Formats: sequence, structure tokens, C-alpha cells
Amino acid sequence: MSDPLNPVIVGAGPAGIRAAEALARHGVRPVVLDEAASCGGQIYRQPPPAFRRSGASLYGTDARRAAAVHSAMAWALDRVDYRPGTLVWNAEAGALDVFQGDRTSTVPYSHLVVATGATDRVLPLPGWTIPGVFALGGAQVALKYQGCAIGTRTVFLGTGPLLYMAAYQYAKAGAGVAAVLDTAPFGSKLAATPALLRQPRILAKGIYYLAWLRAHGVALHEGVRPVRILGSRRVAGVIWSDGQRERELACDAVGLGYALRSETQLADILGCRFTFDPGQRAFRPEHDAAGRSSVAGVYLAGDGAGILGADAAEWAGERAALALLEDAAVPVDRARAATLERRLARSAVFAAGLERAFPLPADWAAGAPDDLVVCRCEEITAGDLRAAVRDAGAHELNRLKALTRVGMGECQGRVCGLAAAEILAHAAGLAPEAVGRFRSQAPVKPLPFTVLGTQPRKPA
Amino acid sequence: MTERHLPEDVAPLLTRVAETARERVTFTLDGRTLGALEGDTVLTAVLTTVGHLRHAELSGAPRAGFCLMGACQDCWVSTESGERLRACSTPIEAGMRLVSGRPSLR
Repeated sequence: MSDPLNPVIVGAGPAGIRAAEALARHGVRPVVLDEAASCGGQIYRQPPPAFRRSGASLYGTDARRAAAVHSAMAWALDRVDYRPGTLVWNAEAGALDVFQGDRTSTVPYSHLVVATGATDRVLPLPGWTIPGVFALGGAQVALKYQGCAIGTRTVFLGTGPLLYMAAYQYAKAGAGVAAVLDTAPFGSKLAATPALLRQPRILAKGIYYLAWLRAHGVALHEGVRPVRILGSRRVAGVIWSDGQRERELACDAVGLGYALRSETQLADILGCRFTFDPGQRAFRPEHDAAGRSSVAGVYLAGDGAGILGADAAEWAGERAALALLEDAAVPVDRARAATLERRLARSAVFAAGLERAFPLPADWAAGAPDDLVVCRCEEITAGDLRAAVRDAGAHELNRLKALTRVGMGECQGRVCGLAAAEILAHAAGLAPEAVGRFRSQAPVKPLPFTVLGTQPRKPA
Repeated sequence: MTERHLPEDVAPLLTRVAETARERVTFTLDGRTLGALEGDTVLTAVLTTVGHLRHAELSGAPRAGFCLMGACQDCWVSTESGERLRACSTPIEAGMRLVSGRPSLR
């Protein structure tokens, strides 16, 4: 290769786009690989071409941010090698295996920015596999990307700021909202206020959603304990406890989520060192303040590196690109780099505040009934997991996977990983960090059977 | 729409609340000709018509996807020719011939 600087960015959400823009501004032309058909990630996801809604209607109070991110990518399009609709399904030192259209190929890299984003953090409850229950972010995707509501009387259940945001978006779009059921008590939010004041714009947004929902008569309940979702072939209602008694609420859909979790499979396959983040109650890949992972030449940015939110993702993407350039001996604006790091440090305080305001229910595993399906793919129950702990002495997550198939299905534990770890830790009497995490395996997402083994690997 | 042919328990799951002025496209589901809108995903096209996408492989319980962003893999459906599609990230195409309601064979 004539040019030794051959960076690849995985992901075209706010982090990936700002990384691409920063590299392009320094005269470097990265390859940008993104699984989606158009850029923006989940938060700034753009509807298909036939859709006509305005940015204000799609993104609400984030419309200006969304427009800025989209136009940064529009500017960069001539200056980067953008490959939408491309799944990175495996990685090794210096090369990525990708799937695009109907073929696989290999994309070489000298430096890699991993900006793989986040998905919903989910804790199951009985009935969560009934049609009409969608992940909270999925409920938002249905509305934003397809102009559809998941129901006509939707309950938003779980915790986190997105719970209120999604309810607001649904109500505003004229889709019925039956209630917001938040497992976090009011007191935890009050205690977190000082930390949340570090990002007043986002705090103000949250308070606005809350006030709007109250003013429009949407039922908001805090400190709830979810009991079960009713229905057989579709959702009919939710039973929850207010601490005193069980209450039943009729609805035809549920948006379920407990904030977000990092999408870390690629970092794991690349061999990045992971650390347990007690705030997020999960392992995440280690990185320095600039985004350098433990593997030379691999940089981590955005929510895939730890949940800091969309604004921070933009800063982290740009900062990681500057780190990449610095490491390649390209001169960069060090004052700008320092500014970005200061903003990211503030974002980390804010994110810790959010985890305090909307904590995962600490007693979830203890209350999960034995017949609760934990793993949607393989239909493994909490009782199956507990039996493996009791009868086979499993005390590590990959051992539990081998014994029960939990996390072995097509989602690779993306959906059930947290729940499986919590059940295991509780049953074995261990701390969650002591039970480890699912090892990621290629392909990180299913490929058509016809692809593997039939096509020679060639550089793209 | 031939609603009378659809059993009660498979009433549409998703409700359109915006962007309904798009061009119509037709596809088939289990041999029935149905309408969708240009820009729909396969998931939207099916779930604005019926109540589920597939059945869980072990229990046979109905499933309708979950994450809608390509992570959970709970929305794979088949075409009549046996091609597997992830419904949440595949656009519907005019003339697509989809199969729903049967447990997939692996």
C-alpha cells in the first residue's frame, strides 16, 4: 500500500460522522462502513426517501443537532469512501470482514475507529415475548422511520430518560399513550440533580417532556415494580405493583427499556481489554480520554464505548479522529482536543447522574419467576439458568451459555446478556462483575448460508 | 383491504400515524395479495396487515420482532423461494412473496 494511513470508521451515527469529518478536514480519506441504508445512527436515523416529514417533526428539540450531523456527513461525502448497507461481521488485525449487498469482502485498515453505538438495555418480565411488546428504541424507530405507532394505547415501561421522550413523541404524534411506568423512584432523581446540572440543555429537555406529559393528562407512575404483561397472541394489559398492591392497566402495546447498552461485539473480537463499569452495571471496552483502546490503532467513540449520549458521541468521534491523526504524526489542534476532552469529562459526570436518577432495579433477579423466558432466541428460562447454577455449579457466563444455550442464539446475547448475568450473579451469590461477560463470536450477526465458505476473500 | 379473510387474532399490530401519502405497492403474504406503502420495511408491511411475523422455533409462540434496529434477530421471515429476510431492515418490494406464520425450519 502506498499510503500507510488507511483509516476505517465503523458506524455512521454522530460519533462516526464527526470522526469522518475530522479526518477529512485533515486531508485524510477514511472508509466509512455503516450497516444502515442512510447515515445518522439510531438517534438521527433518516426515514426512507419516500417520506416527507420535516426535521422538526422527526427530531423535535434535537432537530438542529440532527441537521448539523447530517450536513457534516453531506459535506464529507466527496471526501470519504462511504459504504452504507455494509455489515462488519468479523475483524482481525489490519482487516475487517464485511457483508454488503449479497457478497462478503475484506476491508484493510491501518487505523480503526469503532463507533458501533448502542441498543436498548432490557430486563425481561413475564409476557415480554407477546406481539406488541417492543424495545423502547424500537417503538421510537417505528414512529421516526416508518410513521407507525406500536399500538393505539401504549404503555412505556422501564426506566431512563428515553421512557419520557418516547411517550412524549407518541403523544405528540397523536398515538395513544396509556401510561409511563418508571421503576425509578422520584427520590433517586432528586438525589441526582446536581450531577444532571452539568448538562443543563439535556436536563431542561427532560423536565420539558415530563411537564408536557403531565399537562396533557398522561398517567406517570414512579417507583413501580413491573409484574407481567397480559395477553396471548397480542398485548392486552400490564400488571405492576406500586409497592402496596398490584394494579392492572389495559393497553395494546408496550415499549420496554431501561436506558441503553453499548454495542461492543466488534471491540471484543478485536481483542480490546474490557473493564466493569459499576455505573452501567456492565463491561465496556477500556479507552483513554481521547478514545484509544488497549489495542494500538483501534479507537473507540460514542455510545459503543460507554453510554454518554448523542452530544458526547459527536465530541468523542472528533476526539478519536484527532488521536488517530496524532498517533500517525499528523499535526492537530491540541487546544481543540483539550476542549473536547473537557466536554467529555462533563458528559461522564452527567451520565453517572443519569444512572443514579434512573437505576436498574437492584432486586430484578431476585423477583424474576422461574418460568420467565430470559433468552428470546432459545427460549431459556430463569429457572433453566438457576438449575445450571444449582446442579452444575456454573458461576461464569460462558459456562452458563455452554450449559443452557443462553446467549447462543442469533442475537448473541445482545438482548439477554444483562438479564442472564444478573440471574447468574444472584443465584451464585456473586457480584455482577464476577460472572464475566459473553465472549463475542463472528459472525456478529447472521449471514445468509450461501455466503460463508463460497466466496474467496478479496480486498474490496 | 380483504380484512374479512383475516382471523380476529391476527388484527394488525402497527398503526400508521403519519406519512400515509406514499405510493402503494403490493406484495403477497401466504399467497394473499396485500398492500403496503413505498418505503415500508417488510416488518411494517406485514404488521400493518396482520398481528405477527413468525413463530418462535421451540414453543411456536407468535413473534413480531422486538428491537426494530437489527440487533435482536427476532424478525427473520422467509420468501416463498426460501430466502431469509430480516424484516426490520429490509425494504418491501413490489411483488415480494412472503411466508409468515409457520415455524422456520433450520
